[in-house]
Amino acid sequence: MSFQAPDAGAAATATEQEQQGRTRSVTPGRKGRRSDRARSENRLGWMLAGPAFVLMLAVTLYPILQAAYDSLFSLRLTVPDDREFVGLQNYGVVLTDRLFWYSLGVTLFITVVTVLIELVLGFLLALAMHRAITRLRGIVRTAILVPYGIITVVSAFAWFYMFDINAGGYMNAWLDWIPGIDENLNWFAQRGTALFVIIASEVWKTTPFISLLLLSGLSQVSGDLEEAAKVDGATSWQVLRRVILPNMKAAIMVAVLFRALDAFRIFDNIFIMTNGAQGTEVLSLLAYRTSIGRLEIGLGSAISVLLFACVGILAFIAIKGFKVDLAGGKER
Amino acid sequence: MRALTGKQKLAWVVITVVVFVWSLFPVFSILMTSFKTQAGLFEPQLLPPEWTLENYESILAPGGSAQGLFLPALRNSIGISLIATLVAVVLSTFCAYAIARLDFSGKRLILITSLAVSMFPVISIVTPLFNLWRSIGLYDTWLGLIIPYLSLTLPISIWTLAAFFRQIPWELEQAAQVDGATPWQAFRKTVVPLAAPGVFTTAIIAFFIAWNDFVYGISLTSTSAARPVPAALAFFTGASQFEEPTGAISAAAIVVTVPIVIVVLLFQRRIVSGLTQGAVKG
Repeated sequence: MSFQAPDAGAAATATEQEQQGRTRSVTPGRKGRRSDRARSENRLGWMLAGPAFVLMLAVTLYPILQAAYDSLFSLRLTVPDDREFVGLQNYGVVLTDRLFWYSLGVTLFITVVTVLIELVLGFLLALAMHRAITRLRGIVRTAILVPYGIITVVSAFAWFYMFDINAGGYMNAWLDWIPGIDENLNWFAQRGTALFVIIASEVWKTTPFISLLLLSGLSQVSGDLEEAAKVDGATSWQVLRRVILPNMKAAIMVAVLFRALDAFRIFDNIFIMTNGAQGTEVLSLLAYRTSIGRLEIGLGSAISVLLFACVGILAFIAIKGFKVDLAGGKER
Repeated sequence: MRALTGKQKLAWVVITVVVFVWSLFPVFSILMTSFKTQAGLFEPQLLPPEWTLENYESILAPGGSAQGLFLPALRNSIGISLIATLVAVVLSTFCAYAIARLDFSGKRLILITSLAVSMFPVISIVTPLFNLWRSIGLYDTWLGLIIPYLSLTLPISIWTLAAFFRQIPWELEQAAQVDGATPWQAFRKTVVPLAAPGVFTTAIIAFFIAWNDFVYGISLTSTSAARPVPAALAFFTGASQFEEPTGAISAAAIVVTVPIVIVVLLFQRRIVSGLTQGAVKG
């Protein structure tokens, strides 16, 4: 592809942008002088960035608006002609249904538990990658990346077969020294143990992501500060708490935000392992089964909109609470 | 780096082994399952009591019981993911170039939008798409998956590429022009070589994401015309109705995992930098 600059003037524009790029804001006083150039640059910018932008909106914004519209109708694909405007009634049905609140609870539980575990585990792995002696660093990093590359469904099957007593699950035999685990324990027949395996597979699959984000945070902590603290007699634990963690706050927040939103949408591994049985129903699965499974488009759309709203609220709380300027383009 | 004592060296070896086992064990486990015979599947042990290749034959060999399900799905997955990756990378390269290089109103808007899109619950989009695709004939087609996959691959591509492009010393291009290169030569000789690794890394990450999709795959397809591998795995059936397709699923899982693991091994350094730059340096 070509971004051929049309003439020498364009090169001059480029330098000017570089300077503005650094201050990252256009000085108001200069607006008039560069208005012509600015306009053509604006146009070029939108010409290049526009297609991606429009496509993203078309694929996501349009469907969610459609879902919001559909959620106001009583609509089943099994009887498509029976379309009737019911206002907010679908929302009433969903919000008074115990299963909805129950799935919301399960979803939140999985989100909180996985993010907490991953934060600790991811930090340890990041430390291992950061501090590993040079010869081992590549190996450690490669190994950690493998789960990231594995398809979630494959990881779900791997964990399922490890524990499922009907498919050669050997975990009972390995863990039978733990009280409560014997050879006949059916992990997927009850809520607690089923959730345990679901969470374990989710943690395994997504910890690499969080630990990579934390690794880049760690590498931003200056070694001098650590040295100085050590010289002043701080223990490793104090260095960690007083120097390292505060200095990588931004990375931790971004990692938590991304992972929490991602965990809230959990679907694949639950679909494979229990399909929502034994009280492992989550919001995504509920939405899927209502609309695609039972073809209750009106109700399903209402759940989709509510799920979307939940994610929006979660993102809002996270961004406000963490005060992360994600689009600010701060060069760190 | 300070010289390590023997004890510290040992500690590092132990840590490495632990990390290794943790990361690879589930993959190893499903690999072992894929070599078990139908009878061996009921033995609660990690290693196959009896080794066999029959599971691989069932998904790959002509006449294999799950072959009709697996091979079309593999073809669909490869084709759809590659096209979605290509489109996403081309569009996001333009977009990220504009964001990193030009000063135009709406830069922030585009970055925020792509972030919002990447937080979107896929399941919320799938219901309306399901309806729309059915009415305009995109249901169960390649295009019907490629378009939604763009909503997964575009945002992260834009963010990672914009981060990459910001680090390119664009002054080089100008310096080359001062030295007498035409603008196109200057661009090709200075910017392209610096940008190429970033574009390549982004392509790998985008491909992973498209390859990993499950929700769109099971919701927007119904036959082997477009159903991708992850969705097909969930619909495997055994040789008889009462036989669990555990072995075939495991073998198929290994077949689709091996290429990904190879890519990870080859490009781990770049993937790490791509992921961390896109997400944290924003």
